[in-house]
Amino acid sequence: MRETNMKKILISLLFLLFGTSVYADCNIKSGSINILANDFPALRTFVETAKGCKGSADFKVTHSSEHNKIAVPALTANPSEFSARIAANSSIVPLMNQDLIRPLDDLVKKYGKGIQDSQLITIDGKIMAVAFMANTQHLYYREDVLKELGIAVPKTYEEVVAASEKIRASGKMQYPYAAAYKAGWNLAEEFVNMYIGHGGEFFKAGTAQPSINNAKGVATLNMLKKLAGLSNPDYLTHDSEAIKVEWESGNVALMTLWASRSGTLLDDDGDAKITAATKLTGPATVGGGNIPAATLWWDGFTLAKNRSDADAEATFRSLAHAAANKKMVADAADQAVWLIEGFKPGPKSIGVIEAVKMKAKPYPMLPQMGLMHGALGSEIVEFLQGKESAEQALKDVEAAYMSKAKEQGFL
Amino acid sequence: MPNKTFFWFFLPTGLAMILFIGLPIISTGIQSFYAQHDQVVKEVKKCDPFGCTVSIVVDQEKTSKIREEKPLGKFNGFGTYIDRNHLAIEEIGKFWNETNSFGEFVDQVTNLPFYKALIFTLTYCLFVTPNVLLLGFIIALSLNAVTRRIRGPLIFGTILPMIVTPLVGSLVLFWMIDAEGIIGANLQMLMDDPYLSLKSSKTLTWITIIIYGIWHHSPFAFVVFYAALQTVPQEPVEAAIIDGASRWQRVRHIVLPHIYPVVTFVALISLMDNFRVFEPIIGFSAEGSAQSLSWLIYDNLVNEEVILFGSAAATSMMTIVGIAILLAPVLIRTWKEFRTAR
Repeated sequence: MRETNMKKILISLLFLLFGTSVYADCNIKSGSINILANDFPALRTFVETAKGCKGSADFKVTHSSEHNKIAVPALTANPSEFSARIAANSSIVPLMNQDLIRPLDDLVKKYGKGIQDSQLITIDGKIMAVAFMANTQHLYYREDVLKELGIAVPKTYEEVVAASEKIRASGKMQYPYAAAYKAGWNLAEEFVNMYIGHGGEFFKAGTAQPSINNAKGVATLNMLKKLAGLSNPDYLTHDSEAIKVEWESGNVALMTLWASRSGTLLDDDGDAKITAATKLTGPATVGGGNIPAATLWWDGFTLAKNRSDADAEATFRSLAHAAANKKMVADAADQAVWLIEGFKPGPKSIGVIEAVKMKAKPYPMLPQMGLMHGALGSEIVEFLQGKESAEQALKDVEAAYMSKAKEQGFL
Repeated sequence: MPNKTFFWFFLPTGLAMILFIGLPIISTGIQSFYAQHDQVVKEVKKCDPFGCTVSIVVDQEKTSKIREEKPLGKFNGFGTYIDRNHLAIEEIGKFWNETNSFGEFVDQVTNLPFYKALIFTLTYCLFVTPNVLLLGFIIALSLNAVTRRIRGPLIFGTILPMIVTPLVGSLVLFWMIDAEGIIGANLQMLMDDPYLSLKSSKTLTWITIIIYGIWHHSPFAFVVFYAALQTVPQEPVEAAIIDGASRWQRVRHIVLPHIYPVVTFVALISLMDNFRVFEPIIGFSAEGSAQSLSWLIYDNLVNEEVILFGSAAATSMMTIVGIAILLAPVLIRTWKEFRTAR
């Protein structure tokens, strides 16, 4: 009796020790894996899953919201600090510009079993990244507040403004609207969304010449200013995390925020009443347009060029394991909108799914877009503060962009 | 100390300074005269989960060839220095011709990023430095007057602001002045203005950062002044007391002249430090309302996904020139005193 028990324990121990490698084809023998990624729950889950498949390779990860600042210098070094970088539409561009990532065609062919074709990011016929989740910014609303005041769920930013004004007039909330308007990258992203919603183009077709100083640009700025006026007066210092906190404190009834943050808003932490009343809907349109004032994003992994082939192979195998992992997708269904086979969208994915249905545009993947984004982030602030006109702000953005683009050789 | 001894004393420091300060500055200087090569782009098909589009990418084959030939980039001379994001010579000329009044001209110029940053940096220097000197001196005098028994803990408390990491110090204050924070909310109540926000108003942000700067830097001035006060000879002070000099007269005519060289030293260091103001801007998330020259360099290096080495290098060089200009009067004076002393 005793002996059989021991046997059972031994077998289950052995199973625990070798189980994963046997079942998931993760017998990576050597190499070292080091991943750079942004910091939000879905990415942590993804990297954890990849870690489960590291075999006997060395595994390290850096999760940082400052990933954009580290990426280019770290991947420029030879050998590069990281063997993989979890990138998105915008952050893959500087890596492409500097030729820092490697094509993945051979690795996908060899080890990419289970990765769907739609996950592959191909540029000029070469696979440069494997996407695993989609993201966008969309509206969140407080069902209880809207119901009480008899406000319909807003579909356009004009309705968002009207609803916010009504909530403010009711005296329930002083600053009913919130969005990440922190000067810099966040604010620029809001401009990009709103400008695309107005049907604007950032550059003259086929060139790197800016073309935002137009009626659509002015309308975009005016809408941003209206929304800012309904937000906490400190809006220029609020990033996604800060407005999440505002929301959880019950100060806000309408908010534009990343879909990837919905998980933390709807979890069990915080005031249960607010969590229960927090509802998601698609992104709003603006100015009578059909496409939403939002951009679609993918998150995917890229492999560093300046790293040995053995490391690249080990890294690819462990990440590919996560990028085709039905179990992860099922377990973490409410953390993200996974692009992986077997994903069943839940209530937390409404935002992205609506955005795709409404034909939202992806964030422009142009080599010079980062410079435009940077110029927007600092030059439209004074307009929002009421210190200059919309036309002047747009003129400043174009001028600031042009100096930078000249220095970078785009003009 | 004979000059020869001084030379040997100074040699290791000098070498380290050349290696770690001199050479990087020279390298930055060279970098500032170069811009990136003209980008060779090509049209390609890009596919992602949301569909395929025809778009452009940088042509790596052609670009890498050009980069190998000239790794530093394209020689740009002073091009970066005079472009719109720096000295903006061309733009200023245009403003001068186009604007109707001097006020309008100044408005236009101060709207340019470099001048905007320069004005904040100078304002910060001009307000913080004298106040740091004054406050540091007053604290040193007062502490020097309290009984020895409680002096230790008091000194420790006074230099706390300097011990606290600048970023942490500014973050603490940042949360306190939040519209929901203890200072912010009370100010709103006091002023009876629910929309009052220290963070959204440019003037109030500047004042906050300046007050923070004074708070953070005063302990340094205090420590140096306090040490200097210990060296003030007691005889002339006692003689002055017998002669019936008031406390103010003693400070004015005996203490101040005695510690004067130290005052110059603290002023120099403070000016240099303040001209490089940076951490509070990050700590207070004040990028929107206040930019300094150091912040511009940081912005060029990290805030965009494309790193602007030329821009950052040019701003760095101009910051060095700016510090040199600011320090010139003090340095010239010290030099003159040094010569007359000999």
